[in-house]
Amino acid sequence: MAEVEKILTSRIGTKSSSDIDSAMQNGAYEALIKALTKMTPEQVLNEVKTANLKGRGGAGFPAGIKLSFLPKDKKSIKYLVCNADESEPGTFKDRLLIENDPHRILEGIIIAAYAVNATSGFIYIRGEMASGAKILEKAISQAYERHFLGKNIMGSGLDFDIYLVRGAGAYICGEETALMNSIEGKRGEPRTKPPFPANYGVYGKPSNVNNVETYANIPTIIEKGGSWYSKIGSQDTPGTRLFGLSGHIKKPGIYELKSNVTLRELIYDFGGGILGDKKLKAVIPGGSSVPVLKADEINVTMDIQGLKKVGSMPGSGGVIVLNETVCIVKALLNLITFYERESCGQCTPCREGTHFLRLLIENIEKGEGVEGDCEKILSICKNIMGRTICPLGDAAVMPVESFIKKFRDEFEFHIKEKRCLPETFKMTTIFSE
Amino acid sequence: MADTDSKGPNYPENVKTTTSPKETTEPLKGKNPGDIGATIRIQIDGIDVKVPLGTTILEAAKSAGIKIPVLCYHPKLKIAGNCRVCCVEVQGARTLQPACATPVAPNMVVWTSTPKVKQSIKTVVNLLLASHNCDCLVCDAAGACELQNLAYELGIDVRSRQFPISCNTLPEIDSSSPVLQYDSSKCIQCTRCIRACSEVQGKGIIAALHRSKNVMISAGIRNWSDSRCDGCGECVQACPTGALSQKVSPKVRVWEARKVRTSCSYCGVGCQLDMWVSENKLVKVEGADIVPNYGSTCVKGRYGHDFLNSSERLKTPMIRRNGVLQEATWEEAISEIAFKIKKIKGEHGNDAIAGLSSARVTNEENYLFQKTIRAAIGTNNVDHCARLCHASTVAGLAQAFGSGAMTNSIAELEHAKCILVTGSNTTETHPVIATVIRRAVREHGTKLIVVDPRRIDLVNNATLWLRQKNGTDVAWINGMMNVIISENLHNRTFIEQRTEGFEELRKIVEKFTPESVEEITHIPARDLIEAARIYAKAESSSIIYSMGITQHTTGTDNVLSIANLAMLTGQIGKPFSGVNPLRGQNNVQGACDVGALPNFYPGYQKVSDTLIKEKFEKAWGVKLSSKDGLTIIEMMNAIEEGKIKGLIVMGENPMVSDPNLKHVEKALRKTEFLVVIDIFMSETAALADVVLPAASFAEKEGTFTNTERRVILLREVLKAPGQAKPDWQIICDISSALGYEMKYHNAAEIMDEIASLTPIYGGIHHYRLQEKGIQWPCPNDDHPGTVYLHKDKFSRGLGKFHPVDFIPPDEIPNEEYPFILSTGRILFHYHTGTMSRKSVPLNEYVATGYAEIHPDDVKKLGLEDGGKVLISTKRGKIETIVKSTEKVAPGSVFVPFHFAEAPANMLTNDALDPIARIPEYKVAACKVEKPH
Repeated sequence: MAEVEKILTSRIGTKSSSDIDSAMQNGAYEALIKALTKMTPEQVLNEVKTANLKGRGGAGFPAGIKLSFLPKDKKSIKYLVCNADESEPGTFKDRLLIENDPHRILEGIIIAAYAVNATSGFIYIRGEMASGAKILEKAISQAYERHFLGKNIMGSGLDFDIYLVRGAGAYICGEETALMNSIEGKRGEPRTKPPFPANYGVYGKPSNVNNVETYANIPTIIEKGGSWYSKIGSQDTPGTRLFGLSGHIKKPGIYELKSNVTLRELIYDFGGGILGDKKLKAVIPGGSSVPVLKADEINVTMDIQGLKKVGSMPGSGGVIVLNETVCIVKALLNLITFYERESCGQCTPCREGTHFLRLLIENIEKGEGVEGDCEKILSICKNIMGRTICPLGDAAVMPVESFIKKFRDEFEFHIKEKRCLPETFKMTTIFSE
Repeated sequence: MADTDSKGPNYPENVKTTTSPKETTEPLKGKNPGDIGATIRIQIDGIDVKVPLGTTILEAAKSAGIKIPVLCYHPKLKIAGNCRVCCVEVQGARTLQPACATPVAPNMVVWTSTPKVKQSIKTVVNLLLASHNCDCLVCDAAGACELQNLAYELGIDVRSRQFPISCNTLPEIDSSSPVLQYDSSKCIQCTRCIRACSEVQGKGIIAALHRSKNVMISAGIRNWSDSRCDGCGECVQACPTGALSQKVSPKVRVWEARKVRTSCSYCGVGCQLDMWVSENKLVKVEGADIVPNYGSTCVKGRYGHDFLNSSERLKTPMIRRNGVLQEATWEEAISEIAFKIKKIKGEHGNDAIAGLSSARVTNEENYLFQKTIRAAIGTNNVDHCARLCHASTVAGLAQAFGSGAMTNSIAELEHAKCILVTGSNTTETHPVIATVIRRAVREHGTKLIVVDPRRIDLVNNATLWLRQKNGTDVAWINGMMNVIISENLHNRTFIEQRTEGFEELRKIVEKFTPESVEEITHIPARDLIEAARIYAKAESSSIIYSMGITQHTTGTDNVLSIANLAMLTGQIGKPFSGVNPLRGQNNVQGACDVGALPNFYPGYQKVSDTLIKEKFEKAWGVKLSSKDGLTIIEMMNAIEEGKIKGLIVMGENPMVSDPNLKHVEKALRKTEFLVVIDIFMSETAALADVVLPAASFAEKEGTFTNTERRVILLREVLKAPGQAKPDWQIICDISSALGYEMKYHNAAEIMDEIASLTPIYGGIHHYRLQEKGIQWPCPNDDHPGTVYLHKDKFSRGLGKFHPVDFIPPDEIPNEEYPFILSTGRILFHYHTGTMSRKSVPLNEYVATGYAEIHPDDVKKLGLEDGGKVLISTKRGKIETIVKSTEKVAPGSVFVPFHFAEAPANMLTNDALDPIARIPEYKVAACKVEKPH
């Protein structure tokens, strides 16, 4: 087991880690002070770029480059948005940071604000995270008290406010443009792009949206330098990642690891192996939206390159482990039901497509499937993929396509035999409805 | 349904803008700002296409004649990109791209009908069909349904359906609105209705409800009728399927009906309507996608035309015999008129006869009417209800600028940086202009200032609302000018070069400091200062006003003050800036233009001017009177005094519309001979000696002139009922019978005669009006018409400042009559209700009169919301229903005047403006009490 450098979770576990005093005893806001007093905004932005920090929300876009899309002038209104609407099934890493080290997130946002001359920031937190919202609220007010927020922060000339906005229970609001609509009090529906958020974001102003974990990396990058950071772990996703292990695993939880850790290490070394010492059947390696892997595909690193080899991606870092008792059809039904319900209903292919996908999969699961259903499902998938305004359509399709392609026999068995595979039983709830 | 040829509502017609219209008017449409620029070359289906950067693939394809199917796209609306039927292949792109939302890029290569694209369209349409309640057999939209057409085009029959039917075929239909209904099972969630309501109408009443497959649209909490929807039907027109439809099924298929374009007669906006007819029955009405309304209408225009087929229409001439009106032939009726008129003429002279022309009928008819009164009868006693609405505008603006009409075009309003609305409840009286104002605010950031004693609807969109005390307009306007001058915000160059009389103005406004104005008007000084600054500093400021300014004993003063304000700041004579009186009735502008006024021949040529008189004498071949005729109120007085014996009324209803009705009734009953030409048995017609049945606006040809001076065409949509005839034919018959031969083959011929005698109409002929009409002044056949007035030079040369002092209203509240009464119109009814009150849906909205009273007063007086109330003034009293609302200020009462059973004009004051002779409808002292 490789020695793990704690970047994101270093303060978690210390006493009252969410409180500003205790956080500051453990180094909070030192990077901010360094940035404000010793660095120019350009230098800060360059460090983030050099670090090659990749977005941790799922798409893995380089955060420094994204930040630099914002207009460069000092006068215009610019918004930073922190996406804390963590709702992807199997993903619970941001919640850990929010509840235990909110100041790391705030510090990251404020440093980013300094780098791009942003005027205000919004933290959009998932509606269900009531306690997280309270903790963040308190943290924000503490940051104001210490003058890390507000007018002329630490005498640097930077004016920056953070507003906390709570969602109302829609997965789609984690999509950046739907999130912006929701902040504006509109229906949470993704916007067509272009215009892109960097030009036309919240309230029509240039905006930058990043994930909680992405922001949380920034203080360390400033503290230790971009090039130091870029050398940690895998080249394509430098730094550490928070992996959330769940499902049929002995030690579920959040693990901060370098991204070149292999999936096998993650499951067996860190996660302690499969629950009930059963056989591993399948793993969803990066949140419910990424293609599923079979048991023999786990000898890959958890970075972009590694997972690409087996047709999947790191996504949000939520690793869902399924053992041999799982009926794969039922598991997929569970997932597609989620996506059907969470489709905002704008685009025809997603709104109608996810509905018919669910109907077809439900039929198979109920023993009412007919020959050719799998083809039909794949054909619908083909016509949803890439045909929608936002990636929810793609997110719904990827598990469906991969489940069928990788477990085709089990689907055909269901269709022919009208029942589950003998070794599986009606799955107890892994994903809560 | 979507006419992809239109430019959309955002293009001001012929507006000479300083910036390119692209920059100022195009909505973002899925483009990055700054994308607009050079022409680039792209390739679509192997064809080279050159388009400006910023164009979408869809627009580019259209310009190359390549059709890409669309459903959620509508040329008037912002891009939603949600239906995904327009997805095309772009070389190098990972996925298919929506053509409507994807801007072109240099050297882009696009393919619109590859197998992949075709498969994608088919899948989308299949998905939609599976969830669509395909009851096309009985759906009103069949034949006009875009989904049906697309399925037909793609040949998707039952066998090639890919998905099981998955819709609720027995849905609950929301038919709670009086005019429309929503069937969610036919909804394809394209959001065109939502965007139409929000972007075009600026109302934002419709929203999407639920998510995923349960998405439906909704207005109101439970039912459509719970919402603020006023039934304009913009959403229905935008709906591509039968989801939103007209409530009453026409039971006629689109392909069995024919479409006739004509002009709406419900107000001065002059909306162009496409009326669908079949077998002389009106099937449906749509807004035509052309200036000035670009597809929009109000609830009256779209759903209020059922009166045309009303059984109560007058169908035969009638003569009063033994005190009872009895059916007669045209010959009998006309000879009766000729005999009686000749008799009165012989006994009492020409001036014993008077005529009330009409703001409802065409220019041609108004022209012939005044010609008949002047040439056949030999008097200038001709007037019409413009006297009651904008006489003070005509008088005031003529003095200040040289001509009295809207200086700008409706479309320009959308791009004014500041709009000041005063004395106009635009939302109710000129609904489609209100949408333009709301769009200006919502889409272009225009600052809206509302000055009105009532909390009118536009206050919701206003930057600033100044609530003045009724009848104190000169004071606040002078106050604004005081601020402007003291803060040095006046436009010195403009004042020096374009105006005269500034020094006198400066002196008079000196005493109107914001503090002293606050005392008179109750407008907080701070707000007045703010308003003055916004108005003066804006790059372009447009003033909109209406009856709230004109219907006062100081009406002309009010108008002069407004003109002063505009000239002081140089906010006139340029695009988007000016003084814009909104004309109330459909052809009140035209009726004035063509001389239905006692002191003017057509084109505001003075009756008293000998040269002008000679010109008309020559043209009409008869000697004319050089004496100014009497105005409406003066006519009523003259009848009472026995000076006028005979009265011909065409399309007016003074028994409801004129102030101090008791007096009017007394006068009308006293006439020796009263002729009424109308489409219904109006309250006035009921008193007549001869009643002649007229064809309605939809049953004849001719022109109206709308409030923006645009002469627009009427076309014959339906055949007139029974023996009813167009007014111009009736007038010709009367004139000829009176011995002054009058014969025309058609309305176009009459317009040619008008053009030959009326310089401002010099180039106006029917053949030139076919497409979108012409705005006068249009001096000759080559002139394109005039978008905005007073560019470089005022009509009178220099603009003239008129120093105006504040004079309180004629009647102010006292101990006996402690409330201020004000009257006006409401959205759902029009004028005296002869048309609108015969319409079923309009009456479902509002069936009867009421009085708006502040909740505090309701409580204080022991009244009840919805209960009865007695309102009285020195002149009369009415009993009506209480509407408790904070729209009116405490101490004020508002009564709409449409309702003969509770006629507001029983109460109104017939005190006149000394110059314009307009009565003070807007202020009267009244008593409010519980009926005993």
